[in-house]
Amino acid sequence: MQPVPKNSSQEQPVIIGKHTYAEVGDKIASVVLSPKSPLRWLLGFGVAFLFVMLLLFAVGKLLFVGIGIWGVNIPVGWGFAIANFVWWIGIGHAGTLISAILLLMNQHWRTSINRFAEAMTIFAVACAGLFPLLHMGRPYYFYWLLPYPNTMLLWPQFRSPLVWDVFAVMTYFTVSLVFWYIGLIPDLATMRDKAKGKFAWFSFGVLSLGWRGSAEHWHHYEKLYLLLAGLATPLVVSVHTVVSFDFAVAIVPGWHSTIFPPYFVAGAIFSGFAMVLSLAIPIRSAFGLQDFITLRHLDNMAKILLATGLIVTYSYLFELFFAFYSGNIFERYMEINRMIGNYSVMYWILILGNVVAPQLMWFKRFRTSVPVLFILSLVVNIGMWTERYVIVVTSLHRDYMPSAWGMYSGTWWDYATLAGTIGLFVALMFLFVRLLPAISMAEMRKAIAPADVKEAD
Amino acid sequence: MIDRREFLRLMGASLALAGTSCNVSPPVEEIVPYVREPLDIVPGEPLFYSTVTTLGGYALGILVESHLGRPTKIEGNPLHPSSLGATDVFAQASVLSLYDPDRSKDVLRNGQISTWETFSSDIRKIIAAQRQNGGAGLHLLTETITSPTLAFQIGELQKTFPGAVWHQFEPIDRSNERKGAISAFGTDVETVYRFDKADVIVSLDADFLLGRPGSVRYARDFIQRRRIRQGETGLSRLYVLQTTPTITGAAADHCIAMLPAEIGSFAQELISMSSPDARRSAIIEDLAAHRGSSLVIAGRSQPPAVHAIAHAVNSALGNVGQTVYYTETVAANSVDSTESLSALVNDLDAGRVETLLVLGGNPVYNAPADLHFAESLRKAGWAAHLSLYNAETSAHCEWHLPATHELEMWSDARSFDGTASIIQPLIEPLFNGRSPHELLAMFSDSPQAAGYDVVRRFWRTHGIGTVQKTVPAGPVPRTEANVGSANANSSSAEDNIADRANSFEASWKQALRDGYIRDTAFSPKNVSASAGPFELTGSRPTGDQRSFVLIFRADPSVYDGRFANNGWLQEMPKPLTKLTWDNAALMSPATAERLGIENDIANTGGSHGQVIADVVELNLNGVTLRAPAFILPDHADNSITVSLGYGRDRAGQLGNGTGFNAYALRNSNAMWSAAGLNVAKTTERFSLACTQNHTNMEGRDLVRIATLAEYEQDQNFAKRDADDPEKQISLYPGWEYNGHAWGMAVDTASCIGCNACVAACQAENNIPVVGKTEVMRAREMHWIRIDHYYENGATLLQPVMCQHCENAPCELVCPVEATTHSSEGLNEMTYNRCVGTRYCSNNCPYKVRRFNFFGFADYETPLVQLQRNPQVTVRSRGVMEKCTYCVQRIQNAKIKAEVEGRELRDGEIVTACQQACPTEAIVFGDINDPDSRVTRLKREATNYGLLAELNTRPRTTYLATVRDRNEKMMEKE
Repeated sequence: MQPVPKNSSQEQPVIIGKHTYAEVGDKIASVVLSPKSPLRWLLGFGVAFLFVMLLLFAVGKLLFVGIGIWGVNIPVGWGFAIANFVWWIGIGHAGTLISAILLLMNQHWRTSINRFAEAMTIFAVACAGLFPLLHMGRPYYFYWLLPYPNTMLLWPQFRSPLVWDVFAVMTYFTVSLVFWYIGLIPDLATMRDKAKGKFAWFSFGVLSLGWRGSAEHWHHYEKLYLLLAGLATPLVVSVHTVVSFDFAVAIVPGWHSTIFPPYFVAGAIFSGFAMVLSLAIPIRSAFGLQDFITLRHLDNMAKILLATGLIVTYSYLFELFFAFYSGNIFERYMEINRMIGNYSVMYWILILGNVVAPQLMWFKRFRTSVPVLFILSLVVNIGMWTERYVIVVTSLHRDYMPSAWGMYSGTWWDYATLAGTIGLFVALMFLFVRLLPAISMAEMRKAIAPADVKEAD
Repeated sequence: MIDRREFLRLMGASLALAGTSCNVSPPVEEIVPYVREPLDIVPGEPLFYSTVTTLGGYALGILVESHLGRPTKIEGNPLHPSSLGATDVFAQASVLSLYDPDRSKDVLRNGQISTWETFSSDIRKIIAAQRQNGGAGLHLLTETITSPTLAFQIGELQKTFPGAVWHQFEPIDRSNERKGAISAFGTDVETVYRFDKADVIVSLDADFLLGRPGSVRYARDFIQRRRIRQGETGLSRLYVLQTTPTITGAAADHCIAMLPAEIGSFAQELISMSSPDARRSAIIEDLAAHRGSSLVIAGRSQPPAVHAIAHAVNSALGNVGQTVYYTETVAANSVDSTESLSALVNDLDAGRVETLLVLGGNPVYNAPADLHFAESLRKAGWAAHLSLYNAETSAHCEWHLPATHELEMWSDARSFDGTASIIQPLIEPLFNGRSPHELLAMFSDSPQAAGYDVVRRFWRTHGIGTVQKTVPAGPVPRTEANVGSANANSSSAEDNIADRANSFEASWKQALRDGYIRDTAFSPKNVSASAGPFELTGSRPTGDQRSFVLIFRADPSVYDGRFANNGWLQEMPKPLTKLTWDNAALMSPATAERLGIENDIANTGGSHGQVIADVVELNLNGVTLRAPAFILPDHADNSITVSLGYGRDRAGQLGNGTGFNAYALRNSNAMWSAAGLNVAKTTERFSLACTQNHTNMEGRDLVRIATLAEYEQDQNFAKRDADDPEKQISLYPGWEYNGHAWGMAVDTASCIGCNACVAACQAENNIPVVGKTEVMRAREMHWIRIDHYYENGATLLQPVMCQHCENAPCELVCPVEATTHSSEGLNEMTYNRCVGTRYCSNNCPYKVRRFNFFGFADYETPLVQLQRNPQVTVRSRGVMEKCTYCVQRIQNAKIKAEVEGRELRDGEIVTACQQACPTEAIVFGDINDPDSRVTRLKREATNYGLLAELNTRPRTTYLATVRDRNEKMMEKE
């Protein structure tokens, strides 16, 4: 790993203040190792846990009674579930981007946010993965989408983007999980060494895979980490490209568009960074980590938000342009319907959230204002969910045959399931910050003492 | 028929398991199968029996498919003049009523379970009492009766009890026609039309294509002159003047919305053959230009004078004998049903009714409200109601007697042209029911007589084969199945019959086999029409600008309420309104605006499911009724239509509480329309389940239509670039079909939107009923739907089912290969492979796929399961389904051809929708065969592919509509 250069005077520092190795370790590890959970944590986790129960209830009902409890119908065969799926997958992207692409590009400011961004990826993908399973009419046969030798001598239908989806999402989840775990190993060893309780000591001991911090270990570790980063990088592009194929391959007006892959990838990163901001800002204030997650991090993320937001805006514009330039009456009707039809409110929420609001990020004043960033990140999250809803629902509800045109609205169970996965996500995040070091201690130490780390390339 | 008995025993056991009581004694009568002599019943191979089903007394010839003794499906009888192989929606659905679990199962006395034995001992006392006074206190109330046997039995009864009075009441009756005929001819006659001979037809509010005696046949005759084949035109022209939009109006070249009084004044203009109005005089000119080949037809809701005028005009135009002829009445004893019921009410109120026998019908529910029949009925000394259901009337009678369904009994009936048919049972009575013949027999010398014996005795004495009245009621149908019958008209066949004329047995078997009794159609009657003048009575505008005219109509689904508990019919999207499970107060957009009424598309379901309607208060003569208001284009302004048959409280689980009871506003002096209706909007709103509320084509080329002039200019007006095979390119290699390649052609010019295909498909393919809530969520399951759009003043209809695309978008996106292309070009759905992603439905541009969002199929009720087609999978929760082109029928025919070692013949495979269609709008066949009917249709210039620009290359193609519109009318429109 490259030594971290000293902070230049123009740039905000990655870490504020003077910290020793021990301080970094203590500060980060103490969050995990303190025997008592703070009241605020208990409260937060408790609330999130209630939503997990709600999720279980909603899923239980779904499995017992059937998909009919959701709002889906004919013509709108996909609804909340698929919008939620795409949204969650998209959120995951920021984690991979931060940990892999920024690592490869030597963006060292990433060190203080990459750990929980990766965790966020895994939890988001876990939430996302629930939806394609649950939205099936017969979820207990989900494995028919996997290519496995069977007595029926049947394979999946490889022309279907849903099959590609299965591969893409499963690969993504696996690589993200491995990457995250490998990155955790040195810190797990630190935790093992610091652990006082027998259980913590044993657990961290097992998880750290016998890490002793030898040069040999570090050598292998750095190699593997770089390799995995290299492996994860194309996934950032591929996963959401494949997800976008679910739509682009179909002939539904509003889906059938070649711009979808780049548009979806940009949208994914856009929403992912919004979610990182939504998480980082409360975490840094809750655990007093302002020194580690600094305004420079927030500023950088805001810039990425702006850049990806502009790509998304470009896509919206060109979707419109193509619809009108092509002369295709179905596409044209679809765009007009989005803007002034029954779901126009949703469309304008997405324009407000994804196009208008990010323009604030042109100004440094807003990029470095924590409350503005926090609110903006929530607005973008909502905007991006709305965007997926608009793509899924407005395209389907009025496609080719006016006789079949209908309307879709989520039922109580749809909302419960969405709220439940948000609860699951938050609960997992709470568990994560309580049980594992939320910031990479090993990397933070490098950031504070570059001179002491001399490594052969 | 030992195997039938076997089966009945088995079925009895299964019913006993279900906790239902059932008389499982073996049948003693002989049933003669149709066409195929079963040397032995082969399990898995259905048998077809010919019989008839009746609606309002009039018979429709049917064949009933029976699987091991279970009637499962109703088809039209190609030999029967009322059917020619087609059916209507009611006939299709009647098989479901047979298996209705809510049917009455027990004899009830004052609501307590009793027995037939107790009843017969009770009735012996009644008979003894009545014998003493010559039956002076004996009253009989029936529906319209066309059954010669039943009429004979009633005649015998009246001989035994000279004082007995026979009343008849039918809520959807022909009283106006009767009175009109009497004032025109001095006697009641039946009017029979020959639409195939008419060049110009003027309908005065006559919906002759649906729910009227002979309408199945009339639809066939009418449509023959409405389509273009190989450039041959010769179209007829139809003008419809109507208040409420009907499918006949939708089929018209010119349809004018008018209030009943305006139709009346137009009728009067017809007498003088001149009108001050330009459009009306254009119609009159057209009529005058087609003497002898024109036709004026008046609807049953029109006052008698309009009917009389129609007769006079037809006579003046020389149409009688050409496009219309008259016969004696089909009803055994034609009466004015309202007067007849009023007489009964008077007798009841006067305490003169000691014994009242109600055979069928449900007058407590459907009698005119001002007669207060229910209150009067309580004054009967003794009353018994024979009925399929423990209905409203049953609750007001001492005795309720379960009746047999028409598929469970021996009887007979006449159809619109007088043709008599034997009704033969397909199954032992499921629920201990008895037929009206058996009930009336209790009053005779042989009280234990079975219906079979009664009917046979009648025909033995009144002779099958001795009645010699011959008139073919139209062209001989060309379907393959009746080649034999065509021969029957030839002299050799007649000789053959003459040889056997003395053999009743042979004639009886022949009648059962054919499904009708030969030479029983009434011959034309020579009557001369009076030229008038005819006094128009009935409802006149009151002059009060704030009041409206209320129109009553038979419901296109539940009719007069008798089908209220029939799930197929309740869920059948009604023609034009597409409402299910409810009736509504229909009104024109202008009237709605005047009243401030709005229909909103709900956020759930939308225009394919749920319409939120303002509720209006209808006030007529002080009686108030609340009804959801539904806006219907082409409705006459300042009038409101309500359909009868809803708002029942003793219909059964499905029918109870659906809609509102419009009979509450129907009075005996205004049976079809009533002026002086006050309408007030309320703040209440009501959700209606409507399967298509978006009727604008949005500039898309879905249904293609041209006038005759446009067609003559460009015969290929319906063709687009995408219909050119050269331009249908694909990255994938094309499919190769070395054997058969199935395809379908649907003629939009022929489709009248009668829903028979939808019901037939539902019956054939075990399609579940989902209920109002699910329809409102846009989840109805019909595999075929009839889309309708309004464009340039025309109502366009289009049946849409799976198009079986060559480049099927659904096949591409299914992740598990649950929907695949067959070697014969079918787009096949493998239910047990489907995991239910619904991606295929999303990607289907025609939106013809249907998904089992819940476990819609009934796995619980054994009785309902008896109806199921054993050759079609019952789909479970979470799987997609859609039209299969009736793949089971394809396979059956292929197997049969293979067994017989021959090639499949064109026309051998008939899909359920095609078979039911009265107008032959749907044609199925092998498109690899250059001479097949479907290939010939696809070669027509008007043939086009629906959404072919998407390069789906649909196997189902459509034929565009060409209408011969009157240019003089168009100038004025």
